[in-house]
Amino acid sequence: MGTVGDDNDHDGHDHDHGHGDAGHGHPHEEIFIADAPGYYDLMETAVRELLIERRLFGADEIRRQIEVLDSRTPALGAKVVARAWVDEGFRRRLLEDGRKGCEELGITFYDDTQLIVLENTPKVHNLIVCTLCSCYPRPVLGLPPDWYKLKPYRARAVYEPRAVLEEFGTRIPDDVEIIVSDSTAMVRYLVLPMRPPGTETMSEEDLGALVTRDAMIGVIPVEYPKEAA
Amino acid sequence: MTSQSIADAVVPALGETPTFKIGDVVRTGTRFPVGHYRLPMYLRGKSAVIERVIATMGVDNEEEGFGRNAGSKGHYYRIAIPLKQIWTDYRGPASDSLRVEVFENWLERV
Repeated sequence: MGTVGDDNDHDGHDHDHGHGDAGHGHPHEEIFIADAPGYYDLMETAVRELLIERRLFGADEIRRQIEVLDSRTPALGAKVVARAWVDEGFRRRLLEDGRKGCEELGITFYDDTQLIVLENTPKVHNLIVCTLCSCYPRPVLGLPPDWYKLKPYRARAVYEPRAVLEEFGTRIPDDVEIIVSDSTAMVRYLVLPMRPPGTETMSEEDLGALVTRDAMIGVIPVEYPKEAA
Repeated sequence: MTSQSIADAVVPALGETPTFKIGDVVRTGTRFPVGHYRLPMYLRGKSAVIERVIATMGVDNEEEGFGRNAGSKGHYYRIAIPLKQIWTDYRGPASDSLRVEVFENWLERV
C-alpha cells in the first residue's frame, strides 16, 4: 500500500511492453523505487502494522478495501449518466437523491456519503471541487485525478472558474451561469453533463462510452463525435 | 387519525427539525477554531441563502475529527453565495455563484 512499482519482475506482464522500441511509443528506464520511503510512507506502514498486530484489522480487510476502491471507476459514473439520459423517470429520481439513484443501479456508498447530482443545462454549468482536501464521489468515480487534489485547481476553481475551464478547453458563454460546488463534509457531487446533439438514436451502452471522468467533474462537456485523441 | 393529525400531536426534540428553511438568509460564522474545521476560511462571515436542507442528518465532522460526536446529529444545509460577494475583484458575470454544505452550528440567522 502506498508504494507502486516495487515489483521489478516483468515476466507477469500480459502485454508487450516494447521497451525502447516504437511499440510502446516512448522508451523509458525500468520502473523501480530508489528513494528511501518518506515520512508518510513510514507512518502508513507503521499504523497498518500496528492495527494488524493489535488485531483491530486483518490484512485481508485492507486488501478487500483496496479491491472495493479498485472496482470504482469513471465507467460506473458513465453508466449512471447514460441511464439518466435515456430514462426520464430515473433522471428525476437521480436529481432528487443522487445516492438512492446510484443505489438503484447497485452502486453502494461504502463511505456513507450523500450524493447530489448537478444537472448541466444550456443555462447552468456546474463544476466541482474540494478546496479543503480531495473530497470526491469515489463510490461512483473511483480515485480523483492528481490535478483535482493539487492546490492550483483547488484554489482557482472557486476564484476564477472560467479561466480554469478555458485551460481545459471549455469556454462557457457569459449568459450561462457557473455554479461551483465546494465539497466539504458528508456530501459529494456528480455532474450530469448535457447529452450531446446527434446521439438521439444511440444505445444506452454507446452513450455511456462517450461520458468521461472530466465531464462528470464538470471541466469539459461530453462530445460527439469524440475528438480525436 | 390522519397522518397529519398524528404529526401534529408529536413534539419534536430540540434540533430534530431543521432550524433554517429554503430561502432563509443566513451568515456564516466568523471564528477560527484550531484544528479540524469544515468551513473553508474564504467562506467565513459571508451572507448566504439556504438552497437545500440535506435530507439525512449528520454528525458534526469537526467534532467527529476528534472522536467527540457521541452519536449526536444535526442538519447540514446547502447554501448559495454569489462569487462576486466572495471575491470583490471577481471578473466573471454576477450570476456565477458558489454552493457549499455547511453544518448548522456555522450558520446564524440574519
